[in-house]
Amino acid sequence: MIWGVLQFPGSCDERDALHACSLSGEARLIWHEERDLGDVDAVVIPGGFSYGDYLRAGAIARFSPAMEAVAEFAAAGGPVLGICNGFQVLCEARLLPGALLRNKELRFTCRQVDLVADGPISGATGNLSAHRRQETLSIPAKHGEGRYYAPEEELDRLEANGQVAYRYASEHNFNGSARDIAGVTNEAGNVLGLMPHPEHAVDPLTGSTDGLRVFEAAAAAGARA
Amino acid sequence: MTVETAKHRELGLTDSEFELIVAKLGREPNDVELAMFSLLWSEHCAYKHSRKLLGRLPTEGERVVMGPGENAGAVDVGNGYAVAFKVESHNHPSAVEPFQGAATGVGGILRDVFALGARPIAILDSLRFGELDSVRSRHLLDGAVRGIGHYGNSIGVANVGGEIYFEEPYEHNCLVNAMCVGIAKTEDMVRAAAAGVGNAVVLMGASTGRDGIGGASVLASAELGDGDEAKRPTVQIGDPFEESKVLECCLELLEKGLLVSLQDLGAAGLTSSAGEMASAGGVGIDIDVAKVPLREADMEPFEIMVSESQERMLAVVEPAKVPQVLAVCEKWQTGGAEIGTITDSGQVRILRGGDVVGDMPVDALVDGCPLYDLDPAEPEGWIYGNRATLGPGASAEDELLALLAAPSIASKRWAFEQYDSVVGSRTVRRPESADAAVLQLPESGNAIAVSIDGNGRRVACDPYNGTIEAVLECAQNLACVGGEPLGLTNCLNFGNPEKPGTAWQLDRSVSALADACTALGVPVVGGNVSLYNEGPEGPIYPTPVVGMVGELPDPEQVAGSAFAAEGDAIGLVGPFAPTLAGSELAKQRGVLDAGLPEPDVAGVAAACAIVRDAVRAGQLASVHDVSDGGLACALAECAIGGGIGARIDVAPLRDRGCSPEEALFGEGSGGFLVSGDSVTLERLGAKLLGEVGGTTIEIAAGDRSLIVGLSGAESAWRSLPARLGIN
Repeated sequence: MIWGVLQFPGSCDERDALHACSLSGEARLIWHEERDLGDVDAVVIPGGFSYGDYLRAGAIARFSPAMEAVAEFAAAGGPVLGICNGFQVLCEARLLPGALLRNKELRFTCRQVDLVADGPISGATGNLSAHRRQETLSIPAKHGEGRYYAPEEELDRLEANGQVAYRYASEHNFNGSARDIAGVTNEAGNVLGLMPHPEHAVDPLTGSTDGLRVFEAAAAAGARA
Repeated sequence: MTVETAKHRELGLTDSEFELIVAKLGREPNDVELAMFSLLWSEHCAYKHSRKLLGRLPTEGERVVMGPGENAGAVDVGNGYAVAFKVESHNHPSAVEPFQGAATGVGGILRDVFALGARPIAILDSLRFGELDSVRSRHLLDGAVRGIGHYGNSIGVANVGGEIYFEEPYEHNCLVNAMCVGIAKTEDMVRAAAAGVGNAVVLMGASTGRDGIGGASVLASAELGDGDEAKRPTVQIGDPFEESKVLECCLELLEKGLLVSLQDLGAAGLTSSAGEMASAGGVGIDIDVAKVPLREADMEPFEIMVSESQERMLAVVEPAKVPQVLAVCEKWQTGGAEIGTITDSGQVRILRGGDVVGDMPVDALVDGCPLYDLDPAEPEGWIYGNRATLGPGASAEDELLALLAAPSIASKRWAFEQYDSVVGSRTVRRPESADAAVLQLPESGNAIAVSIDGNGRRVACDPYNGTIEAVLECAQNLACVGGEPLGLTNCLNFGNPEKPGTAWQLDRSVSALADACTALGVPVVGGNVSLYNEGPEGPIYPTPVVGMVGELPDPEQVAGSAFAAEGDAIGLVGPFAPTLAGSELAKQRGVLDAGLPEPDVAGVAAACAIVRDAVRAGQLASVHDVSDGGLACALAECAIGGGIGARIDVAPLRDRGCSPEEALFGEGSGGFLVSGDSVTLERLGAKLLGEVGGTTIEIAAGDRSLIVGLSGAESAWRSLPARLGIN
């Protein structure tokens, strides 16, 4: 398993993502100007503030050469995991449905949250089969623009298709996300984005190892797609 | 009197200082030179009222890698790695515009740390505002917290701890002190001294604009013949994205061995960076302002030299390596321009194209400022106000709840949740889970504990004993997580040193800092002085803020402050013998007065060693330093943290001569509230107080005995958002 972790100017969590990936394979950084992803088996778009995110989170990063390559990689069924800013970039690039708005309190918030993996739904194509249904994960979230939004009919469709990958547990949806959604997949299920940070939950010393399950799930979803 | 001599006064130079400059130059300075002298001879750059005092501080130690005089201090943490750290103030800018003031304060201290070649891994902050019922204070608090979060979060450095106090004397002059900690391979670290005649001087990062032209605005208006430009905001605007790029750029340049030396541009911009690099290296420097990338084309040479535009770094580079350096700048999409040369002239020369527009001896400019002796005089009694908020008839229960709800004691979760505390994957103890932050260092296989502490009100009561207590508290916080101090940084926030009372506070406080550090064997590796912190009603509380870095051999053996299990015994370690002098209760009763008892420094040091060893051996279920609000508040915090009640009897403190209310709410150094197995606690010499369990906090204290429900205590302690008008 070779993981490629994108690095934009302004990325913050790329070294932590690199470390998390290295726990389940080989991991390398991919500079934002690279048009060729090489022989990677899976891509992680990490957290941070790509290009400063002064315009709108992820709005500039989606135009980078590396993101063009990621779009092709995803279209071919390759697994892509977007974390926080990576989720925002994937939404901006229309590789994932919906958008991330400013948190309802209009403040950046850093908090350990419980996530519930929606898990396999019979007949659905997109949800993450690697998770047990309703598996709960403790993972830190930290963002100012993490309120998941999509029109009602789109949300209905995502739920029907099993594209809702993770929801905030009761009382843990601090940002006001629609239907407590913390992470979604594309229709094929090989592109996954979530706001909380699994790469910061891979070491018992820093709080939790539940994040490892997200990396496993992402890799497995790609293998299946 | 000539026009020039009038200008120097408006720039803050005295007549005798101006005459000294004329003597050193052998002529009157031109505008460029006068602007540069006025900044480097300012209190901020020259430390002219504090430098003599700072000589008292102990700076030597076995683990010191870099001491005062560099961009930051650094201590050895083993396996060829060093930890660099420094605290700095950004008080006045934050009082004018709290968001940008605090943000650029964080930006500045980050640059000081990566200027050494260290990757920043943690930020801590120490903040002071007026009372929370003031609209201005709430505005400043909100802005400063947002600003600190904005900058630190965006650049991806974990904010792991800090403190916030609310006191009337900070109403007009808030304090924003930020501390940064970084890690570096010791052999790759770089100093700020310029070296190598003929080497190139390269300016990296943001372009230079008219922002932050402070003292020199007088010259701007004189030259432009119009006052408007002089009124441009003097608070700089931070751009964390630019800083993130220039940070990565500098670390890559250092890793590739492309730089001879590196310095950040802070206060006084190019003037101080270029001057200080030349002075430290014993060389001269030529700067061509025509080569400085500008935001506005028509900037005057003096504006370019004094601009405080943020996110800029100055490097000395061997000529052959300049193209490689500029290529790395381009990779990171940040500025890079060769703007000067290191010379053997011993002069700072400012050129514009072919014209020399300024030419001053380095030693006159950087080290020529006269240093002043203070004229200290002890003021009589308590010179600050008193405001009672708690009536004399309050019950012990009322008092405990009032203290837990005091903004200075209440949970600061509202603030620290706005900061990313986990980025970097090092944070073993997050804010409020222990008395000090703990960061693992996989590079050296161990961990560090970090804390920042100050106690302005107690220093106001007694500058000497209060400052000793601040150092002891910081050491106690490290001991709570098993940390042994390696080094200390400090920021001395005081009023106008030309006033005898403030001079006395400063003099006593620096002596205490020196004595406490000597007694604990902790070297001072760097610091900052912020004077003239005054409002219309008078000076701030004298506020020395100390930051310490300690070492832990094993990040797996770290205690927390929360009670862990029902049935655990609760004990008190240390020579703690509290009184109400200078306490939060005395403040709320409106009975603050001068004087504090003398702390038992040796006893506290011994208690720190006992606690540290016990934590490292995994013998304690919880440890918490007894601080603001006394033993009762410490007990409540441990109970709230663990979600379990507790029942204790303060008899051991009564045996030390404390009255019931002193035992409950009195403050002083040397108290550790620990929990665990009773046999173990007794073996450590702890005085057993009671037991963890139940859903109430019960304290037997003679006629002041109290019982408070855990949920009521928690609501009081978590009341800060409600008091800010936030849910």
